Amino acid sequence: MPIPLIEMKQVCKSYGTVAILNNISLTVHPGEFLTLLGPSGCGKTTLLRMISGFEQPSAGEIYINGQCVNHLPPQKRDVHTVFQSYALFPHLSVFENVAFALRCQRINNEEIDARVDDALRLVQLEAFATRSIRQLSGGQQQRVAIARAIINRPKVLLLDEPLSSLDYRLRKAMQYELKQLQKTLSMTFVFVTHDQEEALSMSDRIVIFNHGHIEQVGTPREVYETPANLHVAKFIGEANIFDIDIHGVDKQNLLTTIESTPLQCKNTGNYQAGDKVHLIVRPEDIRVWGETEVTDTEGMLPGKIIDIVYKGSTVDLKVKLPSGKIINASEFFDEDDDKLEYSPNETVWVHWVTGWEVLLPYEN
Amino acid sequence: MKPLALKSLAKKSYLGLIYCLLYFPILVLILYSVNNARFSLQWHGFSPRWYGELFHDRALWSAFFHSVMLGLNASIISTAVGLLACVHLFLNRSYKRRSLFAMLLLLIIIPDLVLGVALLIFFNVFLIPLGFFSLLIAHVTFSIPFVVLTINSQIHTLDPNIYFSALDLGASRHKALSKILLPMLWPAVLSAFLLCFTLSFDDVIISYFVAGPDFSILPLTIYSLVKAGVTPELNALCSITFLISMILVIIAHRLTRKSS
Amino acid sequence: MKIKPFSIHFIFAWVFLFGFIPLCLVVIASFLTKDHVNLVSLPLTFSNYKELFSPLFAKVFFRSLIIALMTTVCCLLLAYPFSYLLAKSKHKSVLLVLIIIPFWTSSLIRTYSLIAILKFNGILNVILLKAHLINQPLSLLYTNFAVITGLVYNLFPFMVLPIFTNMERFDFRLIEAAKDLGANKWAIFFRVFLPNTSGGIISGCLLVLLPAMTLFYIPNVLGGARSVLLGNMIQNQFLVLENWPQGAATSVILTVLLLLLLFLYRHHGKGVIH
Repeated sequence: MPIPLIEMKQVCKSYGTVAILNNISLTVHPGEFLTLLGPSGCGKTTLLRMISGFEQPSAGEIYINGQCVNHLPPQKRDVHTVFQSYALFPHLSVFENVAFALRCQRINNEEIDARVDDALRLVQLEAFATRSIRQLSGGQQQRVAIARAIINRPKVLLLDEPLSSLDYRLRKAMQYELKQLQKTLSMTFVFVTHDQEEALSMSDRIVIFNHGHIEQVGTPREVYETPANLHVAKFIGEANIFDIDIHGVDKQNLLTTIESTPLQCKNTGNYQAGDKVHLIVRPEDIRVWGETEVTDTEGMLPGKIIDIVYKGSTVDLKVKLPSGKIINASEFFDEDDDKLEYSPNETVWVHWVTGWEVLLPYEN
Repeated sequence: MKPLALKSLAKKSYLGLIYCLLYFPILVLILYSVNNARFSLQWHGFSPRWYGELFHDRALWSAFFHSVMLGLNASIISTAVGLLACVHLFLNRSYKRRSLFAMLLLLIIIPDLVLGVALLIFFNVFLIPLGFFSLLIAHVTFSIPFVVLTINSQIHTLDPNIYFSALDLGASRHKALSKILLPMLWPAVLSAFLLCFTLSFDDVIISYFVAGPDFSILPLTIYSLVKAGVTPELNALCSITFLISMILVIIAHRLTRKSS
Repeated sequence: MKIKPFSIHFIFAWVFLFGFIPLCLVVIASFLTKDHVNLVSLPLTFSNYKELFSPLFAKVFFRSLIIALMTTVCCLLLAYPFSYLLAKSKHKSVLLVLIIIPFWTSSLIRTYSLIAILKFNGILNVILLKAHLINQPLSLLYTNFAVITGLVYNLFPFMVLPIFTNMERFDFRLIEAAKDLGANKWAIFFRVFLPNTSGGIISGCLLVLLPAMTLFYIPNVLGGARSVLLGNMIQNQFLVLENWPQGAATSVILTVLLLLLLFLYRHHGKGVIH
């Protein structure tokens, strides 16, 4: 097994009596795109700052390339950061900004010229070398910040919510570019964001944080399809959550009742009769049928449509079940059903394919 | 005239009137400094001879240079210390800044008169002779709060991450400060320096109590001349001093606007 | 990553040594007795404070207070409309610099030039005579009028700046909203504008009132020997009469008064917020 690039062993951080991070143990593999995902204030930026050297852990150790760096100042770590605010030097030109790290190492001018040119080309800003920072747009400043940080080819690049101030279109474009850049350079990226969609689209692995501890670590597919707990299920993607009692077990299936309708689900967690579990279904897995479209409604839940949102490629529906519970369904326009016309208060039947649901142990 | 135009005229007249009243005494001063008469208030023709006489007045020149020297020393010390303190507070968010600011605010609130008196007693008790050093101590004391306030208000427009990213990229702390942070702060530093210098150069009240008999400074010399009687040389001196202060203020103002 | 905060410790030490300790010494001195040789000596006594209850002191104190109040009122009346016009003008920064320039140039010099204007054969009298508004020159110098004029002239910017800053932050759309709801001019002024600018008014008044009591050189220059105000009195006690304990006691009372006013101001400020 190769040595992990970064290893955190039971790292804790508190300011006075306020605990920010609790017992964080994490490894970062060389060459991977790892995302730290979580809501604001969960400690992910603090963790990033501890890796870069601007904060010291209150307890625990951090290893970079096998060496314990707890007391190593940021200048000496082979780690560079792209800040959320870009933090470009406003009084220096684009060229000088990017060259800064090299000038600190007293590299000769010819080499600096060549390497800066190289870095700017990687971010498609070759023509901007002599410009002043103030003349650049947000997206361009972003790229300068990235070029500045990668010019030294650090072992790890830390990115602290770098795309959060860009507009939607630019953001999507940069997500793709960053991913390509990471592959081209074969560099390890540790990326911090609170946007789960961003995390899902860019990462090799995602670490989900909540209130200072790690809820789950896994590939995007793993965290989406098999969330470890309710928090992850709710944080990543949308989730309809049913609290159900298991009436009986039949080989690999569980028997339960939702809305007075008997249902069967796959017993993915070895639950027994009498257990209480959360049953989670994603909106896109829910199928909605109009009254006239279906004849056999066994295993289906009745409901009334209370809201219809047309989103271009999908139609999002809010369906109210007899008990008053509201679930979200998302239907795609495709060959099966290209009309998807619903009216408010229409009576419908909803169901999902057995096995597409997720079962999680009950939490209070 | 239409009522709206009348109203607008009234407004402009009021503004104009106040400004005229503000600048009138100054113009009078400058006018008399070139009046070709020693005592009369009537206009006797333009004459720059008072400036010439001023030029030869040793005592006044000596006082002038003393004030400049004092001002420069006090400003350099206050600005240097104040700058370092502000930078430190800016970079270390966790440092207890409240007590520092409370203290500095207290210094500004205390009337000059009381501070002057207090320092006089202090120098007396600790047997510090009144002269250049007592003045220097006093001037630094009332300047530091202004430096800290001026630089602090400017430094908050900066992004602290700029300093940290310099460290992140491999710069030593010293390099990050001198090559990155200071170049961005220099308008604030310079305007704080000019502010200190002006405060020191023009200070009458505190200097009155802590200046000794041997070290003459300009404001106190002017004060005694004013009480003694009107001489046109004095007008010339005051005009020059006024001009210098005005230039310094304009520079300081330009600088703070440039940086914001 | 700790930089040794030498500069901060330096400031703390400096302010403690040259700010806090001298002020303590003033308080201590106010309880001592005058001594010809050492200027102050034991025994401790309250007599300095007792002196302050004497009619002489009361006279000086109230005179200073009245002059300071008149100065404050004049400044306020002049500065309020001025600040309003400034806040609504399109050339704010230029106009501001024009106010600040006199603000930072030596007030002693500017006061001195008032002598030439106010004296018996000074410019003001010349103008008034020539305009046939008066028959005989007015004796304006060395009167309370001169002192107040000098104080107002010097302290005017101190009143303008807080009020102006306050007005700049005033949302003028409130006036439109009030008009929309049917309020007339007087109602708008007294119920919308004035209450919202009261913060600036109070700051300005504080910034004028206290210096008006302690700027001793203005009454000295313009008021002559007759004009003894609080500031002159303290100056006198220290440097002429060499009665340091007495001077210290007067200073202490002055400072206490100042702190009291500030405390009331903060209290009012908090009340307004709630």
